[in-house]
Amino acid sequence: MASGLAKRIIPCLDVDKGRVVKGVRFEQIRDAGDPVEIARAYDRQGADELVFLDITASSEDRATMTSVVEAVAAEVFIPFTVGGGIRTIDDIRRMLNAGADKVAINTAAITDPDFVCRAAERFGSQCIVVAIDARRVADTADGAPRWEIFTHGGRRATGIDVVEWAQRMAGLGAGEILLTSMDRDGTRDGYDLALTSAVGSAVRIPVIASGGVGALEHLAEGLTCGGADAVLAASIFHYGQHTVGEARSYLAARGITVRSVDGG
Amino acid sequence: MTTVAVIDYGMGNIRSVYKALEQAASDARVRVASNAADILSADRVVLPGVGALRDCMAELRRLELIDVIREAARNRPFLGICLGMQALLDSSEENGGTPGLGVIAGDVPRFPDMPGLKVPHMGWNRVYQVHSHALWNGVPQNGYFYFVHSYYVQPASVSDVAAQTDYGVTFASAIARDNVFAVQFHPEKSQRAGLTLLANFVRWDGSK
Repeated sequence: MASGLAKRIIPCLDVDKGRVVKGVRFEQIRDAGDPVEIARAYDRQGADELVFLDITASSEDRATMTSVVEAVAAEVFIPFTVGGGIRTIDDIRRMLNAGADKVAINTAAITDPDFVCRAAERFGSQCIVVAIDARRVADTADGAPRWEIFTHGGRRATGIDVVEWAQRMAGLGAGEILLTSMDRDGTRDGYDLALTSAVGSAVRIPVIASGGVGALEHLAEGLTCGGADAVLAASIFHYGQHTVGEARSYLAARGITVRSVDGG
Repeated sequence: MTTVAVIDYGMGNIRSVYKALEQAASDARVRVASNAADILSADRVVLPGVGALRDCMAELRRLELIDVIREAARNRPFLGICLGMQALLDSSEENGGTPGLGVIAGDVPRFPDMPGLKVPHMGWNRVYQVHSHALWNGVPQNGYFYFVHSYYVQPASVSDVAAQTDYGVTFASAIARDNVFAVQFHPEKSQRAGLTLLANFVRWDGSK
């Protein structure tokens, strides 16, 4: 199959009350909490997309996110997704009007799966990402691995099978799956490759692998063994351990198709 | 100072297109336009859009912009982006067959059902320029642009194809005829290459 489509490298930023948290440390950054400045830095490094997760607890403070999105969209000309607290059609409209290209829906899809369908019909599948937080649970009776969706930061089980859920969400009109392994998140041990591969081969929409990156080889594994279409990472980029450019060169040297930033 | 009207018909990322044009060409006056007077008084016109063609055509009809856009596409530099490109063709397979504006002869099929081919085609892909054009000035040959779409244009005349991209099929990722140029990718989201193309559009006199 002829396809020049590049695998995507996506830095993820957690935003609380309009400020980036979990400390980003780059040399060229003056204000490590300013989402616009950090987005610009990742843009310069050649990030293919960005994801902003709004972790603001109270809904009053969440309005701040709209102005963050407006400010980012005015200066950064790569696609970006906003997730966290997206619960209504109005939430989606506000983010898209402010300049976001996609929204990530997580909890609201679980409490009301039809919301995904309404959102896709209203705004198009291309801007509806369904975020899934997965944990491995006991194998099936015939010994196959199994994962369930967990909510509340990975603490509460829902009983929903992850692979079946991903298929259902694709059927309802999701344009992309953001798949986070809660077992691996924060461990720096690498993606859950079996999970990534199980979901990726079950749906015909792109899958973004997330959770567990601690080294560049993990990005390569997610794209090859895991079969992901895109890889999301936070800490390896935030703390200056690696730039996005280094990640790109590393992947290219291993024969993985990535975007060449300076053209041909 | 040249004026650019970005047509707003309630579908999609008008703000991103507007901001990218401002960034790309600080010497242009860019405005968002949703009525005949604002569109036809501009020196050049951009038709952006994301979503479904049926909704797009319904909105254009409701705003009485169908003939306005056809007129703008006849006599001044005109740029269609993504859905705004697909709308220029005769008809789309979308929603069981949706008529378009008929500015460029051809149709809009969906990507084929192929093993391993994910739809939508989402991400950065290469754009091969099949002939030279003022809008390609300074844009790397076979360079990467950002795409998000499930349908693609198939112009009736091969001479209308300005660029090609491979994704399961080889499709027209840009088309050009006279004063009309249209792209399937999103220049407003394609970083430097995209801004270069937009800057070229703002300076383009409407010829090759």
